Amino acid sequence: MPMGVAKAVQPSQQSSYELMSTENKAMQDDPSLNPAMFWVGDGESLWQQKVGLQSKSCSACHGDAKKSMRGVATQYPKLIKGKLQTLEGQINQCRVGAQSAPALAYESKDLLALTAFIAFQSKGMPITVSENSANAAFMKKGRQTFNERMGQLNLSCAQCHEDRAGLKLGGSPIPQGHPNAYPIYRLEWQTLGSLQRRLRNCMSGVRAQQFEYGSPEMAQLELFLMWRARGLPLESPGVRP
Amino acid sequence: MSKTSRTSITMPATAKKDSIIEIRAIAQHDMESGFRYTEGGKLIPRDIIRTFTCTYNTVEVFKADYYSGIGANPLIIFTTIAVESGTLEFRWVGDDGYEAVNQARITVS
Repeated sequence: MPMGVAKAVQPSQQSSYELMSTENKAMQDDPSLNPAMFWVGDGESLWQQKVGLQSKSCSACHGDAKKSMRGVATQYPKLIKGKLQTLEGQINQCRVGAQSAPALAYESKDLLALTAFIAFQSKGMPITVSENSANAAFMKKGRQTFNERMGQLNLSCAQCHEDRAGLKLGGSPIPQGHPNAYPIYRLEWQTLGSLQRRLRNCMSGVRAQQFEYGSPEMAQLELFLMWRARGLPLESPGVRP
Repeated sequence: MSKTSRTSITMPATAKKDSIIEIRAIAQHDMESGFRYTEGGKLIPRDIIRTFTCTYNTVEVFKADYYSGIGANPLIIFTTIAVESGTLEFRWVGDDGYEAVNQARITVS
């Protein structure tokens, strides 16, 4: 460790939920208080909505999301036909490929609503992303990004979220950085946001060039982070301060 | 123009007469303050919920004014006395023709 900084003692894997106030925990846990449930409701409507040239809804292929989408969000990012797909990427792949509809913009209400609705079907289920021969190359790149210094502040993800997790940055606790509650309703944002939005936040925080939404670099980093958080139960849609 | 959005009410379905009941009312709304600018420097017009009212069997029991400083998706928690069985109606009215109505029934014994 540089400059004699004490390494924080931390439990092996901890959701940043544990670092929140009782009020914020209650807001996430109680569906009547969790504002993200509005997006889940919107997503449920969109699931049934016929769109595109083929006038096909998500449910036309996938049926009841409660059954067909159960556990799906715990497996993403996933290798599909040789391409590493995030959950958002796969939703857009379905829209363009199966529904002949235009792709939804990242952070648009509709894409967040569908992602939240699908992720909600896996609430409480452990993340199951594993390292295998097929995704090893992507995992390696994601791991590299995580450990690589970036930006004018010359910091890597790992320097905060591994070496200094549990310590404080300013007044706020530094979480381990597990993506187990996305999309999250972040009080600072006053809205729902994706993991990629959160990652771009950190990148702008260290004054680095942000990865583009939906870029391969983002997917690789997401893959590594999900693998790193494997076993943690999904809290989607989470609430964070 | 009619603009509306999702709302959610949480309150007991049954209560003892003259007991105090807690009501939670949340509305999906961006609550655009009117003080923000776009990246192009254009002022984003204010678009907020202005008033929230709760009527209990047509009697108004609670009313609140909302302002620009109130965050998105406002949640309000208040109490009232369960006087009789019936319907509580909740109404949010805001800028740009926004209106949302929700109802909940209560049985008082």
